Order: sequence, then C-alpha cells, then structure tokens
Amino acid sequence: MADYEEIINKLKTDRENAARDAALIVDESSAAKFKTTYLSPSSVLAESTQAIKSLDGQFKPLVGQASNEHKQYLTRLYDQAIASLKEKQLKASLSSEKLDITLPGRPVHRGRLHPDTQILRELLAIFSDMGFQVFQSREVETDEYNFQLLNFPVGHPARDMQDTYFMDVPDRGDNPLVLRTHTSPGQIRAMREIAALNPSDPPPVRVIVPGMVYRYEQVDVRHETQFDQLEGLAVGEGITFSDLKGTLTDMARRLFGPDARTRFRASYFPFTEPSAEFDIQCFQCKGAGCGVCGGGWLEIGGSGMVHPNVLRNGGYDPARFTGFAFGFGVQRIAMLRYGINDIRYFWDNDLRFLEQF
Amino acid sequence: MKAPLSWLEDFVEIDLPVARLAHLLTMAGMEVEEIRVIGLPLPEPGSTTAQLSGFEWDREKLVVAEVTEVMPHPNADRLVLCKLNDGKQEHIVLTGAPNLFEYKGIGTLAQPLKVAYAKEGAQLYDGHQDGLVLTTLKRTKIRGVESYSMICSEKELGISDEHEGIMFLDPALVPGTPLVDVLGDAVIDVNLLPSFARCASILGLAREVAAITGKPLNAPRFSPPPATSDSAWASLEITDPSLNPRFVLGLIRDVKIQPSPERVQHRLKLAGMRPINNIVDATNYAMLELGEPLHAFDYDVLHKRANGNAVKIITRAARQGETLTTLDNVERKLDEGTILVCDEAGILSLAGVMGGLESEVTATTRNILLEGASWNMIHVRRTAKAQNLPSEASYRFTRGVHPSMAENGVRRGLQLMSEWAQGKPDPLLVDAYPKPFTAPEVEITTQDVKRWLGLELSAVRIAELLARLEFKVEVSGDSVRATCPDHRMDIGEGITGKADLIEEVARIHGYDNIPETRIKDALPLQLGNPTLRRTDHVRDLLTALGLQEIISYRWTTPEKEGRRLPKDAATDDKPYMRIANPLAYEKAFLRHSVVASLLDTAERNARHAVKMALFEIGPVFLQSEDPSGLPDELTSLGVLLAGQRSPSGWQKADTAAMDYYDLKGVVEDLLESLHIADVNFKPGDHPSYHPGKCALILAGEQQLGVMGEIHPAVRERYDWGDTFKAPILAADINLDLLLSLIPELSRTKDIPAFPAVVEDLAIVLDETIPAVDAEKLIRQVGGKLLADLQLFDLFRGGQIGEGKKSLAYRLTYQAPDRTLTDSEVAQVRNRISKRLDQELGAKLRS
Repeated sequence: MADYEEIINKLKTDRENAARDAALIVDESSAAKFKTTYLSPSSVLAESTQAIKSLDGQFKPLVGQASNEHKQYLTRLYDQAIASLKEKQLKASLSSEKLDITLPGRPVHRGRLHPDTQILRELLAIFSDMGFQVFQSREVETDEYNFQLLNFPVGHPARDMQDTYFMDVPDRGDNPLVLRTHTSPGQIRAMREIAALNPSDPPPVRVIVPGMVYRYEQVDVRHETQFDQLEGLAVGEGITFSDLKGTLTDMARRLFGPDARTRFRASYFPFTEPSAEFDIQCFQCKGAGCGVCGGGWLEIGGSGMVHPNVLRNGGYDPARFTGFAFGFGVQRIAMLRYGINDIRYFWDNDLRFLEQF
Repeated sequence: MKAPLSWLEDFVEIDLPVARLAHLLTMAGMEVEEIRVIGLPLPEPGSTTAQLSGFEWDREKLVVAEVTEVMPHPNADRLVLCKLNDGKQEHIVLTGAPNLFEYKGIGTLAQPLKVAYAKEGAQLYDGHQDGLVLTTLKRTKIRGVESYSMICSEKELGISDEHEGIMFLDPALVPGTPLVDVLGDAVIDVNLLPSFARCASILGLAREVAAITGKPLNAPRFSPPPATSDSAWASLEITDPSLNPRFVLGLIRDVKIQPSPERVQHRLKLAGMRPINNIVDATNYAMLELGEPLHAFDYDVLHKRANGNAVKIITRAARQGETLTTLDNVERKLDEGTILVCDEAGILSLAGVMGGLESEVTATTRNILLEGASWNMIHVRRTAKAQNLPSEASYRFTRGVHPSMAENGVRRGLQLMSEWAQGKPDPLLVDAYPKPFTAPEVEITTQDVKRWLGLELSAVRIAELLARLEFKVEVSGDSVRATCPDHRMDIGEGITGKADLIEEVARIHGYDNIPETRIKDALPLQLGNPTLRRTDHVRDLLTALGLQEIISYRWTTPEKEGRRLPKDAATDDKPYMRIANPLAYEKAFLRHSVVASLLDTAERNARHAVKMALFEIGPVFLQSEDPSGLPDELTSLGVLLAGQRSPSGWQKADTAAMDYYDLKGVVEDLLESLHIADVNFKPGDHPSYHPGKCALILAGEQQLGVMGEIHPAVRERYDWGDTFKAPILAADINLDLLLSLIPELSRTKDIPAFPAVVEDLAIVLDETIPAVDAEKLIRQVGGKLLADLQLFDLFRGGQIGEGKKSLAYRLTYQAPDRTLTDSEVAQVRNRISKRLDQELGAKLRS
C-alpha cells in the first residue's frame, strides 16, 4: 500500500525537478524530453494518480487534489516553455529571412491592347456618353458610296483632295471600287439603314463610325497611307452648327481636361455646308505657340453641317432635317496623347513599341 | 496663290499687321500657309500658324543709291568698281555683276543707275550659298581693293532666286531712301480649297479681305471697247456651248516686244511667276490680278493660215487620233473630250491648258490676238491630268472660271499691252456667249440661319454680311433675297443655295461668334452595337490571357502570304482583290489571312523577343459573287504563340518553349469564357500545320477555326534569326461565326451548399484512344452527381506497357441538395469503371 506521505514527497521533489528542467527547454527535442519525463504515463504524476485508488479513503481526496495541482503546474510550465521557444524561433527566422527588396520583381507577361484600340475605346466611350452609337462600315467601297452620294460628282476637283486607291476590277465605268478614303460612306450607310426603319418618318441618327481608311500618299513620320478615322454623324430636326461646336468642345474637354478649347475655321468638304476644320488649343503651351503645335492650335479634323444632297441621299428630307458630321484621325489623337513621334510605328507592330502601352 | 500685300492694296486698304490678316483669312477658309516678308518686320513666331520666311531690312544700312560711273577694276577683269552715291556721301563699291559690264569705262553715266545698296554690317542672304542663309556684310579686301559695302542682287534681298546680276530700281527713286520704304512688302501664300476658285486672283482675295475687315473694295472698272459678235479681223464658232460657254477675242496692233517695266517684273516675281516679255507678262499679270487666264496668239500667223482672210476661231472637242505640238515642243496625242481652239486650218491650242507652238508669240510678233474664254472644268481637268500639264491657267480652269470674267480679262490684257508695249487695241471685242450663266437667286430667312447655325441674326445683319461679298440683297421682313455676284460659280439653287449662303453668313460673321451648345434633340433609340461589344469582350479575354494585340496593314502580296503554306503545297488559288494603283507591288493585294499577318509580325520581332503571344482581329478580303462587286470582308481572329512560356527574369524561370497545349489552353479558356456551347476538337488536316499537331475547333458541327503547331516546312520559309528556335503555334478563327454563337444570356451556378467527395481515378488504355473519349464517357456516366472532372496526370512507359497510356483524373462528386453518402458515390464510381472497361477497354490502374 502506498504511503500517503511518500506520494506527497515524491510530488514535491518532482515539482522541483520540473522547475529546473523547464528552464532547460531550448528546442523541440528538449521540449519532447520534458514532456516524456513529466507528463507521460510513466511520469511521477501518472504514478501518483495511479496510486490514489489504493489509498485509504481519507487520503484519496488529499492526494487527488495534490496530483491535480501538480498536473496544472507541469502543464503551465510546459506551455510557457513552448511559447517562449516559439517566440525565439520566430525571431530567429525573421532575422535570417531578410530579402534584398531592391531586386526586381518576377516578370509578368501582361497582355495589352494595341494603342490604337486603347485610344479608340476612350473616344467611343466619350461619344457613347453623348448618345452616339457605333456603326461599322466596310473598307472596300464603291465610288458611288465613297464619293458620288457624298456630293463629289464624277470629275469634280474636290476629288483631288483625297488621293484614292482604286481596285483593279474592270468594266465598272464611273463606279469603280475604291479603298475608302474616309469613313464618310458610313454616313450614307448609317442613314439609309436607320431611315429604312420608318421611311416616311425616319428616326433621328446619332452614330460614330470608326474604321480604317486609305489615302494614296507617301508614308513619312506624319503621314500614313492606311490610318484609322473616326466619323460622327447627328441628324435630327434641331441639329445645329452650334451643337457641332459644343459636341466637339465636350470631346476636347474629356480628352485634354476641363480647360481645353476648340477653334473652328471655315473650310470646304463637298459633303458638308457650312464646313469647318476644327483645332484644339495646344495642351502643351495653352495657345502661346510651341514645338508641338506651331501656332498654338493643333489641327484635329474636319466637320460641318451635312450637305442637303447628302441628307437626301441618306433618306432624310433636308427641308425637315439638319445634321452635323465630323471626322478625324484616331492616331493623331494617340500621338498627341502618348507623345508618339512617328506614325509608322502603329501598323509596324514592333513589340518594343506595343509593350509600352 | 501667292499674293503680295502691295498688290492687294491696289484694291483694298489693309491696316492690319500681316499676321493678323493671315489669321483672319485662315479662319474664313483661306488658309495662309506661308508669310514671306520682303524687308518688313517678321511677325512674332507663335502669332500665326503660317510658315515664316524672309527678313527685316535695316533702314539705315539698306538704302536706295545711284551709280554714277562704272570703272574697271585694276587687277581683275571680272570685277568693276562703281562710283556710288548713297544720299549722304560717295563710295567706291566693288562688284562682279555682269549686268553692269556694259557701263564699264564709259565715264559718268548720263542716266545714273538706281540700285539697292547695303552698308557694312547689313544683314543679307548669302548670294553664293544654296538656299536662304542670312549673313552679315563685313569689311574685306578683294584683289587688293578695300570693300565694306555692296550692291545687292534680288537673292540677297530675298526677293527671288536671281543672283546673276544686281537689281535695278525705278530711276525716279531718291538716293538715301530706306529700301524698305520703296520695296518693303509681304507675300502671303494662300492654300485655296476647290470652293474658293473665285479667290485665285489678287482681286478675288482683296474682295474677301474687304468683306472680312469691313473695308470698301476698289474694284477696277474698264471702259469698253464694246463687244460684237464678229468683226473684219475675226469671227467665232463655238460648236458645243457646254464645253465652251463663252469666248472673247481682242486685237492689239503694232506691239513692241521688250521686257516689262521693273515694277511689273517685281510683282510677277513676288507672285511666283517668271517675267518673260511685256506681252506674256501682260497675260500673266491680268490673270493673276483678275483670275481670267488669257492666251496670246500671233495674229499674223493666224491671218496667214486663213490665206489673208479674217481669222475664224472654232472651238470643239478633239477627235480620235488628232495631235498637236504644244509650245513646249512636245507632240501630243489628244484624247476625245479634250477641248480645242482651232482655226479653219487646224488646231491652235489645248483649251485652258497650253497653246500650240506654231501660233506662239515670238520676239518678232507685231499683232496680238488675245483670247479670254470659259471652259468646262471637268474636261480641262481630264486633259491637264492626261497630258500631265499643270499650269497656272489649268489650275484656274479646273476649279471654275466665271464666264463673265472673260470680257474684263481681255480688256485688262489689252490695256496692259497698250501701256507696256505701246500697242493700239482695236476698238471692238469679238464675243460669243452662247450659254450665259444665270446668277442664282436664293432666299434665306432668319429662321434658316437659326435652324442651321443655332444663331439669332436679324435679316438686316444677314443682308449686310452678304452685301459685303457683293451679293445683291433685298430684305423683306425676316427674309433676305440674295443674287449671286458675277464672279462666283459655287452658289447653288434651292435648298443647296440656302446652305451655301448660310456658310457665307457664318464665315463673314465669324465661326468664333457662333455659340457652343449641346444637342437638344431627343436622344435616338439606344441599341448599342452588339458586334463591337462582343469583339471587345474577345479582345479583353485575350489580353487577360497574356496576349498582345497587333493591327497590321491590310495589304500584302500572294508571294508573301503564300509563305504560310509549304513550298510544294497547293497554293491559295482564291483570287486576290488587287489595287490598281498601289504605292508599290508589296502593297498591291488585300490579305486573305490574318495568320499570315501574324507570322510576318512574329518574323520581324523574333530577333529581339523571347516570347511572342499575339492576336489580331481584322478583316480578310475575298472576292464574292455579290452583284455590287464588293468583296466579302470577313472578320478573322488570329492567335500566335511562340517562344518561352514565361519571360526571363533573374531567377530561374520556366524557359521551356510553348507548345500545342499552351495554345489550346488559350483557345479553350476563350471559348469557355464566351460560354460557347458544345465545343470540341477534332484532329485537323491543314497544310499550314504540323499533321500530328493540328486541330479543328468545333462548336457542335460548325467549324470555328483551325489551330496547331505551324508545319516545320512552313516555319522554315520565314527568317527567325539565329537564336529563335521555338515552334510557332497559331490559330485562325472565324470571328463572325464565333460572335454569333455567344449566347445572349448565360447561367451562373450556385456555390455548392453541401460538401463534395473528391476521388482520384487512374485508368490505363490504348494509346490510340483519344483522351477526350474517356473524358466524355466519364462525364456521361457520372451524370449530375459528377460536378467536376480534371485530368491531372498523363503517364506512359514503365509498367504501363507498350502502346498504352495512363490517365489520372480527379473526380468531384457533389449534389446541390444533400450530402452524398459513401454508397451513392461508390455506385457511380463502379458504373464509371465498368463502362470504361466495356467501351474503351480501359482498366483501373492498381
């Protein structure tokens, strides 16, 4: 039969030993060793717990309580030692895992839109907010759509304004196929499509026509023979030249900031009357004149009120409807926006250019 | 059109700085491209968009001087010494000007020569250098004689290119007068748009200046000779008035052909024309001044051709096979449609383009028959283009010259010839005007102006603006009736005429003075553009997959595009759309293939890129059977991958080359993101691709495109440089079809509320069975409970055995409404393995 006092003494000695050994826990193995010595089934604690049932009744609660207290003590010692061990290990690892944070990041291969697409999206969003919807139109056109219906009669001197690529298709007389010289045939196609919805009372038109156009022109840093143009057309019963000015000025503000200003100069296009070239005040020099602009203004594009003949060709009675139209080169805007020096970069697709956007 | 300000001032007072005038003209539609100052101060840079040239003459250092004696140089035959008075003192000036040699050694000149004299320190153009280089006159010694000043040539002053001799001035000028006070000028070069044909003259521009600045126009008035239909010396026959609405002839006798007066030559040079002699100069001067091109015939030649009878001038269209030797001594074959001026003996000139050699004015000509006419501009344009004869005359006639100008042109020409060549004009003009031009009359109202311009103007204001442009106007209430002046052909009738007048009102009122407003009209039906929206979605998906968008030229050649096929393969025999007038052969054909554009782009980039992941969306052009003759423009999507899977960094990267499965991953993800139903891939057979690494991309039965690794025999047709070794992967997808298959609505699955059971299944089957068959079967048998299936391992060799492969799948079982029990899953699993065995002979791998 176990002796009550002997048990109590053993526990006391064990307690002192444990306090000493806990201080020696410095790594996982000394922690495991501590656990085996003091908290395993062969430990003093386990022995004493085991011994309780053979004690006299009066001692049972006393030893029970002592064992319990001892267990709590040992567990606390162990937990504290483990916690301080972990803290030490963390400190050690933090100080050893110091990176050279100035080394470059791991390269990511990002996909990108072509800069022409990027600027076009921006432009389309601006006009979309003003209610202009995108109308797309073909690139190979008939002379009729590219010229005649736009009030360029056969043999008219205005045709000299647009050097034209003709397709090699024989026997077409006065209606050869051409690579469209401007997006303006889209005006006729859009008006005809929309007017056809209700020919006797045609609905108003507010479209924007982006697309590739072609001019027979030698290529240099400023001139391309294939370029992207954006055409706008608004037809209705109350569309005015002042609306044209306001619309393009709104565009300029969206592109170049709230202080942007526009200027309209009288001009001539067969399909508009009155006609105007529109300029945006140079964002670089604010109109003072600089290397970007020359005289303080950047020439952007052409515009005007839709010529009565063109309205009629589109299915709109010029006595009832008026309209405005404008067009400009998309790359021109991109070049100003992104400081691109050479228009030939656009379709050359050199990745060293494209990967800058 | 080059206009000296001094000449404009013959017709209108100009009290604005030239830069301001240039600005006003530019804003009113006559863009001033260049301002060239002749001695006047240069406008501030930035004050104008026009190019600036010329330089300011120093008032002290550049003056009028008189040469009183020309003496030989003691040491040089090619130089002379001039005794010269600059108004203050006498100088000896050294010069090599050949046009002074005739005065050498004849003692004091009876008539001193007036010259432009530059003193030490004056700024001048360097006469001995090409182009215009400013230099400062410095003291020097030439052949032992001290030189500190000089007599100027026109080039040194910036007047013309002339540097052969010195410039002589008007003998009436007083020595010492600052040169700028007598010759100071500015020349504006105006780019005239086709609708501004009326301004191709000094008077025409002066008229616009008067209208814009509100000054009166001092139009020239001509006292007749009165016009008659024929005379003793000439008669006219116009065979087709639509080709030749009017023809006017004048006659001037006993002209003395010699150089024109200095001031006339000076003006012509400033306006960009070379002085020839007083007769030719008179025709050019009258043309520049009034806009009517004139032609001078040697009357005696014509008279002789008419056998001494009165000359009969006939105008008609050329007939097939006719020829004419023009005054540039070129025999020209004439097209039908060329308008001719003839006499009864034959052809005299190409109407409106160039005269014939035989009847040309020569040094011995005494009597001049002077032609002023109006021609059909479309015919003249065609002739000038066909004969490649652009000229000052055809420039004007191809833009339209009003018939009324013929008469005044001839009168002005005769007047100048009588003044400069002492000729005697016949008292009569011969005039045929079978097709009089009716001046359009147009009515516009204040409401019209408001409707078009958004601008409130009173009828009186509208009338005043139009009257400034010499319209005859009549105001009644809100309406203005305007009659077109007789120098304009650009004003239409009816509603077109209204639009034309409104442009004139806007122009003279000033575009700047029209307000900026927002559209007040109701917003049209907003339908968007589904095609563009979907195309943009495709673009976004592809860039999210790491691809770079490119945009290529649409043109190519069959040879260049042919490289996308092996050399010995059947060529792409679909006919190309060809450009009739390409810039170069390389730009003559519209492309058939976007993949060809991508391959070209990749080839150009291979030298400096380790990874290329590209796509292009754009049209290809195929001839069609459409009755319009227009080609089909099909939108293609091309994808190209080549090179390292990951970009190289400083750490060890996955530098393995991309292969077929990289491309397939892109295509699969794209199609899945677009919710294309029933996508499947079948082994493809296309000459561009490796026969074992090519797939057709299908949606149900419809073929969306083809993809694969580019055939090695195709790859080697491109130059990839020495370092780029990776295979090239490409896909060619019919975007029109793809977009049409994107469902308008797609269905999103709920996040599962009950736990999944995940199991692995490894099977061994014959190599010949495509993996897709196993996958299809597993999905079919797994039914609704099989929520997901993923291949995670492919293994060949070892214990698997020859001709076999092992596929390991991860299966996810899940039900939306309950937690699955072990026995439910076991049932499905057993069914799957049984069917795999039965149908594909696939055994579970132990």
